[in-house]
Amino acid sequence: MINLTIDGKSIEVAEGTTVLEAAKQLGIKIPTLCHDDRLKPFGACRLCIVEIAGMPKPVTSCTTPATAGMSVQTQSARLYRLRKTTVELLLSDHPNDCMTCIGTGECVLQELAYQYGIRENRFAGAMREHKRVDHNPFITRDQNKCVMCGLCVRVCDEVQGIGAIGYAERGFEAKVIPPFGHDLDCVFCGQCISVCPTGALSGSIWSGKPRMEGVKFTDTTCTYCGCGCNITLRSHGDQVIRVESKSDNHNRGWLCVKGRFGFDFINSTDRLTTPLIRREKGGHFEKATWDEALDHIAKKFNEIKEKNGPDALAGLSSARCTNEENYLFQKLFRAGIGTNNVDHCARY
Amino acid sequence: MAGLATKFGSGAMTNSVAEIAENEAMLVIGSNTTENHPIISLRMKEAVAKGAKLIVADPRKIPLVKFATLWLRHRPGTDSTLLNSIMNVILAEGLEDKKFIKDRTEGYEEFVKSLESFTPEYGEEITGVPAEDIKKAARIFASANNAGIYYAMGITQHVMGTYNVCAVGNLAMVTGNVGKYAAGVNPLRGQNNVQGACDMGSLPNVYPGYQKVDIPAIKQKFETAWGKTLSGNVGLTASEMTGAMLDGTLKGLYVFGENPALSDPNTTHSVKAFAALDFLVVQDIFMTETAQLADVVLPGTTFAEKEGTFTSSERRVQRVRKAIKSPGEVRLDLDIIDQIYKRVSGEGDVNQSPNPSDLFDEVAALWPGIAGINYDRLEKEGLQWPCPTADHPGTKFLFEQSFSREGGKALFTPVPFVASDELPDKEYPYVLTTGRELFHYHTGTMTRRSTGLNRIAPEAFVEVNPADADVLGVGQGEFLTVSSRRGSIKLKAKVSKIVPPNVVFIPFHYKEAAANLLTSDAMDPICKIMEAKVCAVRIEK
Repeated sequence: MINLTIDGKSIEVAEGTTVLEAAKQLGIKIPTLCHDDRLKPFGACRLCIVEIAGMPKPVTSCTTPATAGMSVQTQSARLYRLRKTTVELLLSDHPNDCMTCIGTGECVLQELAYQYGIRENRFAGAMREHKRVDHNPFITRDQNKCVMCGLCVRVCDEVQGIGAIGYAERGFEAKVIPPFGHDLDCVFCGQCISVCPTGALSGSIWSGKPRMEGVKFTDTTCTYCGCGCNITLRSHGDQVIRVESKSDNHNRGWLCVKGRFGFDFINSTDRLTTPLIRREKGGHFEKATWDEALDHIAKKFNEIKEKNGPDALAGLSSARCTNEENYLFQKLFRAGIGTNNVDHCARY
Repeated sequence: MAGLATKFGSGAMTNSVAEIAENEAMLVIGSNTTENHPIISLRMKEAVAKGAKLIVADPRKIPLVKFATLWLRHRPGTDSTLLNSIMNVILAEGLEDKKFIKDRTEGYEEFVKSLESFTPEYGEEITGVPAEDIKKAARIFASANNAGIYYAMGITQHVMGTYNVCAVGNLAMVTGNVGKYAAGVNPLRGQNNVQGACDMGSLPNVYPGYQKVDIPAIKQKFETAWGKTLSGNVGLTASEMTGAMLDGTLKGLYVFGENPALSDPNTTHSVKAFAALDFLVVQDIFMTETAQLADVVLPGTTFAEKEGTFTSSERRVQRVRKAIKSPGEVRLDLDIIDQIYKRVSGEGDVNQSPNPSDLFDEVAALWPGIAGINYDRLEKEGLQWPCPTADHPGTKFLFEQSFSREGGKALFTPVPFVASDELPDKEYPYVLTTGRELFHYHTGTMTRRSTGLNRIAPEAFVEVNPADADVLGVGQGEFLTVSSRRGSIKLKAKVSKIVPPNVVFIPFHYKEAAANLLTSDAMDPICKIMEAKVCAVRIEK
């Protein structure tokens, strides 16, 4: 273990802990833009700079390991000025369109501009003129809003193991693109969107949907495979408009293409909305009231049971439905009807 | 699950997903993890990045192969022979965990004898995997301190599916890789709540919590709890129901949230069976292929419209919460089942709705494994069963102290060679194997109604090796007719080295070219699973 002091408070941390992590343990907030606890430190944005006694220049706390006896200062007039300048430089070629940007309200850059009170920009000059790229049905890229934090590139490589995107060009022209500008290996998991600190990456199906106003957040469990990812549904009225996941759950905020983007079936116009009955064999489906449908089922089940015994009835339950529904379903067959003929499709 | 239950006393993932990252070695067999369990695969990739060795055993060059130390491309249907020959090497080279075998297992001598003929050379002959690679796999797996096995339908949907699972269990036991952290035998569950459906007793032989219906004391316990006389006869499995419908002994069926008319192997056969019923009720969110055959269709709810719990692959019980109102006159699934229960039995107040939290408590009182779980606790976080008391933190991995069998020891089960039911011949020279692709889920009722997913993966295809494509004279995207003894479908060729020569792959999501019209309904005699992963087909341009 290592002892160090940060802003006059001392703390003991494990070997290998960075200054940023140590500060976090003390509850000291240092601004970051390119950092994510789930990824390796990168040191690109320079916002997490701190002053360390004995070092001539400020250093990035995310990449500096804590050492014994280190004395760290996270706030000073100089650090404030340097950080503010960094944000100003980032904003100097950033489209000033927060009013219509899909990232508004969740944008780290916007929040930093607010914190440092940056309304006008001292730095004027060329603006990037990348075209909005919307080549696939899932991910919209608005590269004029990219701050080159590298989070998307790193999550694709470090977490997803795909490496579908990388850096191209240098300096002012630098940008993040797939090899030669094509979507070659992308599996559309959208991990990149989830870590993007600005509106540079967004879900194509979010476009035009409410951002924050009137939006309800519901924590639940994904309906697809057995991974059981924790997700948050964003809904507006009776429409599910977005799926996301918090970074502190057991799936660490990561989702797949189905979980993240495959939710429009919920509000599909194909949904069944009333009970349907075929009043005679081979006839057409006709709409029915719930009472009619339910009484009809009870009558038919009881007729079959009386004539052929309870084992002439069977139920196929669902591996997609809830525990409570499965419990009640098997209880219906076992206790209500009197047969153990109940199974589900775990076998297929 | 029958396989694991015999060996260990219960069937579920023995370990947790987060532990995968701590594995020193992994064997992934019969699981296309990156496409079917994408988030679990992230942990495997993390383990590899940390230096773990990954062995992938799969006839197809699945995306996970890119991360593998060793890829064993065995012939479809030869999984247990591959595993047996790996274990033969482990014993021959003295790599077994003698202490674990002595202290925690039984049936070892017979098991050792059963492996004698499975030399790596014999393994190579049957599986097509070079004997040297079999030896390498044995050394990698057995020399790791913590090694985990991950499998899915790729080894279970066979006539010898139960044997395959037993072989997987044997491998974990012989190397002492079960009952400890970051190891184990881990079936990855294909749907969100397969684990929960099994846990809740949606199985013909057990009540909730795997309590057997044919043990009188258990039956009596449930009779008391439910206030009813219950049947002591084991019921029909889903696959047996098809036969019972056709021979007229099964007259009425209630299908809840499933689409067997597209997901059943040899679909033509099962559709015939549904048509033979006197009365079919289907409860679903869409007019599925199965619902179209029904006498009554009941509109159900999606997960976004209801309160409840799902149990994930790693035995984690988690809350499902209502976000939106349902459309039209849709009623909650729980209400519908409850209404039918009340109207069939003539008991209870039809004006009352069941409360999911109360129902969970009802199960918790009947199954000690979840006795410590309730909605209040789940409000904070999901809990992994067994969780027997209110202050129990849940269980990350099973069998640390003892196994759930009588006597507490795990059982070695000899696994003989069994060939697939339908092997290629002159008339049907190719092996068809089926599965899922990343962008769709099961019969596609949900994903094919999701615009983006359907745009990326709009149509069915058959993967054909370039060598076979040459012989057939077929180019990329050209139509092929694929026929088996049970049916025939037309779909586009995807010429790709993902499949080996003489093997073709078709995803089963597409109703317009339904792979399950071709697949075989030959059954595993023990657990009654159908052999969807191997059948013989003919291909014509």
